[in-house]
Amino acid sequence: MPANNDTISKTLLVSVSLCVVCAVFVSAAAVALKPQQLANKALDRKTNILAAADLVDPSKTVDELFDNNVTAKVLDMTSYTWADDIDPMTYDEMKAAKDPKQSVALGDKDIAGIKQHARYKTVYMVKNGDEIEKLILPIHGKGLWSTLYGFVALEGDFNTVVGLGFYSHAETPGLGGEVDNPNWKGQWKGKKVYGDNFDSAAIGLIKGKVDPAGKNAAHQIDGLAGATLTSVGVTNLVKFWLSENGYSPFLVKLRAGEV
Amino acid sequence: MSEMKKVVTEPVFENNPIALQILGICSALAVTSSLNVALVMSLAVIVVTAFSNLFVSMIRNHIPNNIRIIVQMTIIASLVIVVDQVLKAFAYELSKQLSVFVGLIITNCIVMGRAEAFAMKNPPAISFMDGIGNGLGYGAVLLFVGFIRELFGAGSLFGFEIFSLVNNGGWYVANGLMLLPPSAFFVIGLMIWGLRAWKSKQVEKPDFTLAPNTK
Repeated sequence: MPANNDTISKTLLVSVSLCVVCAVFVSAAAVALKPQQLANKALDRKTNILAAADLVDPSKTVDELFDNNVTAKVLDMTSYTWADDIDPMTYDEMKAAKDPKQSVALGDKDIAGIKQHARYKTVYMVKNGDEIEKLILPIHGKGLWSTLYGFVALEGDFNTVVGLGFYSHAETPGLGGEVDNPNWKGQWKGKKVYGDNFDSAAIGLIKGKVDPAGKNAAHQIDGLAGATLTSVGVTNLVKFWLSENGYSPFLVKLRAGEV
Repeated sequence: MSEMKKVVTEPVFENNPIALQILGICSALAVTSSLNVALVMSLAVIVVTAFSNLFVSMIRNHIPNNIRIIVQMTIIASLVIVVDQVLKAFAYELSKQLSVFVGLIITNCIVMGRAEAFAMKNPPAISFMDGIGNGLGYGAVLLFVGFIRELFGAGSLFGFEIFSLVNNGGWYVANGLMLLPPSAFFVIGLMIWGLRAWKSKQVEKPDFTLAPNTK
């Protein structure tokens, strides 16, 4: 062993230089890989929009499918009209949600645990001529550990679900993380969001398995076993976004042909 | 050279970090439900153990004794963050499945254990090989457990169907328990039993024996 390493000056020298070297190393990696990571995120988002809308076709690339089928448009969540002056390609919703001027505070209406949401939201449509075949709406809300971000796609009647999926969450793998399980996600297809009342969504997760013969089976999804809080979170966020404080007034307008 | 080889191969069967030293069990339970994930996790651990051993060994003569654990942790944590970033950039789907477990390599006892027990005392080249060896030992167990769990739990290997499942009109009823973490306890336990039956040297002597009843 060479000279004594345990002096205060040597200890400080080693710890400071180690920190500098490690910090440079980590930041360099983070900065150098950022463009690739952002591209992955964007691709993942598109893949999830396509998956929710049931448009996945392995023979074509995601970009090709997305550009050929899906139109993006920005929706004003206060007047429920299109905000045509905002470009959906460059609009950053995450950033807007944090800015009080560009967001809507929820107060006690906040059942999804999100406090506020962006005033303008990008929604996606699959169109056949002028008619909307499928409408894909972004949704998010608190689960157990994290905020789940995802999409729900509705048929042209704005009531029947085409699909639902989350592209970003940090729920417990194997328990709450089962929101990514294709079998579980598959159950959403064909379920009805609304009962008699278009103001509040009837759809949600129940505890245990859905009885297919039950009265409300059309609005029910199996709960996630071992993940009660994630299940409650998913129910609340879906109910929130499809009810009167979410997209429901917009859907009413769409049904009436007003937008 | 033969010593280098020994350092790499010994941890795989003779002195396996999971089977003999019972280290790193937590992640072995969590990331072995499919082979793809187990493989990526193994590679990540091999890279981290090898390079953390290398760097710790390179500066071992300058590390003050009283902060050595923190120094090791800093090196390991930096490596893990870089691995996580690389996975996010080049294997996005898998990094989503691994989620927190890549970050938790930092607390994997194998990495820390090798840095403290081997790299602090040996020169860089052999420490690097020791890291690779222990990473391989960990990976071998992960792949073994992943193989069994994915095969019997999902009827597939690396995502390709081997047994056709009843859900898809086949004959195999998937064993759901195999996909849940507790099943890894059984698989690892049986594997350790098998390994110790094969290499009886690994059987530990009991720490104490019960005294016979006195009258």
